[in-house]
Amino acid sequence: MDIVIAQFSNTVTVILMVLGLYVVLARGNLIKKLIGLSIFQTSVYLLYVGPGKIIGGTAPIIAEGFDVYSNPLPHVLMLTAIVVGVATLALGLAITVRIHEAYGTIEEDEILKKDGDA
Amino acid sequence: MAVAAAIARTRNLFAAVALGGIYSFCMALALLVLDAPDVSMTEAAVGAGVSTVLLLGALYLTRIEETPNHRIALTPLLVSVVAGATLLYGAWALPPFGDPAGPIHQHVAPRYLNDVVKETGVPNVVTAVLASYRGFDTFGETVVVLTGGLGVLLLLRGRRRPLSKGTAPIGKDAT
Repeated sequence: MDIVIAQFSNTVTVILMVLGLYVVLARGNLIKKLIGLSIFQTSVYLLYVGPGKIIGGTAPIIAEGFDVYSNPLPHVLMLTAIVVGVATLALGLAITVRIHEAYGTIEEDEILKKDGDA
Repeated sequence: MAVAAAIARTRNLFAAVALGGIYSFCMALALLVLDAPDVSMTEAAVGAGVSTVLLLGALYLTRIEETPNHRIALTPLLVSVVAGATLLYGAWALPPFGDPAGPIHQHVAPRYLNDVVKETGVPNVVTAVLASYRGFDTFGETVVVLTGGLGVLLLLRGRRRPLSKGTAPIGKDAT
């Protein structure tokens, strides 16, 4: 039972990651794929921030009366990742809108069918 | 996790986007619990706020219902399950959660925690590392965001002009 508690954070991370992967692979709708990609991305935030936590520690803001701080480096990396993630999401959505204009659909199989007909 | 599963199930894209907002907010709470208030605030603002607005805008420009797809997607399911099992197998060998003796806490981080006030005068270590020690990386990050914004502008510029219907797709001309 101990190992279940010790690895709970990592287990949740893996489940979210796989769920995001499944949405990206299995769903034909392009916007749904992008949402799946976001889920995958948040699982990576957990992957980084989870191990940085120290039980009994506090947020890495230096103050009187606290000695144990959680690891600040994953936080820095993930701040960057979130901002870059929203930039890629915006770009993906813009491409989706253009695809919708060119093909009249955002379903992957319909797009492939139209490409085959052309 | 339940919210994420609901996102995978629902066919209505509007519902999926709304659930995505809720999911981001849950993630922000989880990050707060994990002692990452900076990341949590960014996730709440960017993930639950900006992303949702962007997705809603894209839905407005496209359409809101996903076509039902009745064939069972076996290959993606298989790939996901195998990948998940492998990751779990690997993850369970990682150091236990919250252990101060874990290898992640032995290098680099203590140096920042010990010297940051002396060297930069900023008590918030995350801010200090982001803006002071890693200032150029943050500059690179803003360049990435700028590039993304420029890409969006280029893709959507002049989209009011209707596309000419009769022209052959690129690649057909050569043949």
